[in-house]
Amino acid sequence: MDSKAMEAFVASQAPIFLNQAPPHMSRPWIILKLILGLLWGIIHLAISLFNLWSLLIYNLECYLISSGLLWKYRYLNLDRLKSLAIVVDSKEAKNTMKIRQLLCWLSTMGVKYICLYDIEGVLKKSFEPAMKGSRDGKAGEYLGIGASISHSSHKDLVVECISGSDGKEGIAKAANLLCSTYLNGDTHGNGKREPAFTEADMASSLKAVGCGGPEPDLLLMYGPARCHLGFPAWRLRYTEIMHMGPLKSMKYGAIVKALYNFSKKYQNYGK
Amino acid sequence: MAGSRLSFSPSVDLKKEKPDEMVTSGVLASLQNFLRKCLIAVLSYGPMPRHIAFIMDGNRRYAKFRSIQQGAGHRVGFSALIANLLYCYEMGVKYITVYAFSIDNFKRDPSEVQSLMQLMEEKINELLENRSVINKVNCKINFWGNLDLLCEPVRVAAQKLMASTAGNTGIVLSVCMPYNSTSEIVNAVNEVCSERREMLQREHAGYGNGHAAKNGAHSEISVADLDQHMYSAGCPDPDIVIRTSGETRLSNFLLWQTTFSHLQNPDPLWPEFSFRHLVWSILQYQRAYPYLEQNRNLAKKQM
Repeated sequence: MDSKAMEAFVASQAPIFLNQAPPHMSRPWIILKLILGLLWGIIHLAISLFNLWSLLIYNLECYLISSGLLWKYRYLNLDRLKSLAIVVDSKEAKNTMKIRQLLCWLSTMGVKYICLYDIEGVLKKSFEPAMKGSRDGKAGEYLGIGASISHSSHKDLVVECISGSDGKEGIAKAANLLCSTYLNGDTHGNGKREPAFTEADMASSLKAVGCGGPEPDLLLMYGPARCHLGFPAWRLRYTEIMHMGPLKSMKYGAIVKALYNFSKKYQNYGK
Repeated sequence: MAGSRLSFSPSVDLKKEKPDEMVTSGVLASLQNFLRKCLIAVLSYGPMPRHIAFIMDGNRRYAKFRSIQQGAGHRVGFSALIANLLYCYEMGVKYITVYAFSIDNFKRDPSEVQSLMQLMEEKINELLENRSVINKVNCKINFWGNLDLLCEPVRVAAQKLMASTAGNTGIVLSVCMPYNSTSEIVNAVNEVCSERREMLQREHAGYGNGHAAKNGAHSEISVADLDQHMYSAGCPDPDIVIRTSGETRLSNFLLWQTTFSHLQNPDPLWPEFSFRHLVWSILQYQRAYPYLEQNRNLAKKQM
């Protein structure tokens, strides 16, 4: 949570409340509002301190995990993880070095398919040249992964970049395709049967417009708040969503912990 | 705002309370109410959510941990729903959406599905007869989902409840049953297609302003077109989505509407989710609010 943004928000709210005071009881009203504001501020300050303490413990745990001292995190069972998605806040996505490092770490852990998403399309622009050159499978070299990593692990890695326009707009494009096929297919005018598209029709239409793709099993969210920021709906149905905090403070141990927690999850799929 | 005289907690069955206990419990309840109102007044200094969505997960686990029948777990879950509805009303939340039954849940054991349907029918009929809760919060109840998949008595009861509360202007409770976000999107696509077909038919028949109809029928389907045909048309996007029992997935719930919603997954099971958990949830939302609002405004500017 950005405390500076929070303080700015509180500072901006105070004059609004003062202006809203009814004229006939202004002073007691203002005093009451100030007391409420003070109590509210104290509560949030207490939460900030609590969060700071939790963060310290979390960082310590991440350090212990990455140094291999915690036994249970040593061997991760990633059979269920077929593809992984990463949602990044668009401002933080401009930091391509961090993204490359993240991809490198995930590749060493054995992840085979990574889908990168940010709402404004910053990642698409940054990685497009690399993607264009990677059609022959040399994604690892383009992303500058070091020679110490074994050749096979990064050669298998597939990275996909999507943006906000593949989300709702992608669904609108697919809907358009279905609709135009339906309307053009039967030009007798009257007596047409009601449109009865199914989810399967929609899924194939999404593939046809280029918004198909595997449904990620796990989604790691890097940003100030836990929010999927418009990740394509058709691929988010049963995805486990984990919030990792800001990208600038990302840690190897945190990813190991997230993957471990994922491996322990059990889904009923509605049953 | 009607102050609630009685504190709604799932563990208290008010009909079975002894008369002599009611005096002391009345004083205690009044004190609780007063403290609750003070806390809400302090919370309201910051940004309050307009729309909260709940994925009511954990009823079966609750029943298992307390070694009671599964059906009883769902009943306690229903009481928790009413309690949280009243708390949200007190906090000024205008819209609540709950994920009562997923289309995937039809895959469950037929006896379990039937008992759930019977429970829903029973509770809907209860709400129809005893309107004290609905009237207290002036609740408008919607049912979002593919109602054709429900059996006749439940569907009829749900439609009756929707019709009888349609004119209410207070808190809006949307019950998603049976619901899937993907089937909601497909339903919206079908409706838009059907609309386009009608426009084309009118065009062929020579009715209406030819120029305008041509534009409407042949223009590309936009995100706004689909928005208007979602079950949630007219309702703002959820500010918070709370999934109880610590699970981290959305399970095909409101995927279209939750672009900038704060996703929370508290550990308590749904029947245990009470006022203090709701307060904590709103405090977390208030901390995330500046970032989410910034992103929402940016997205609006780009449209």
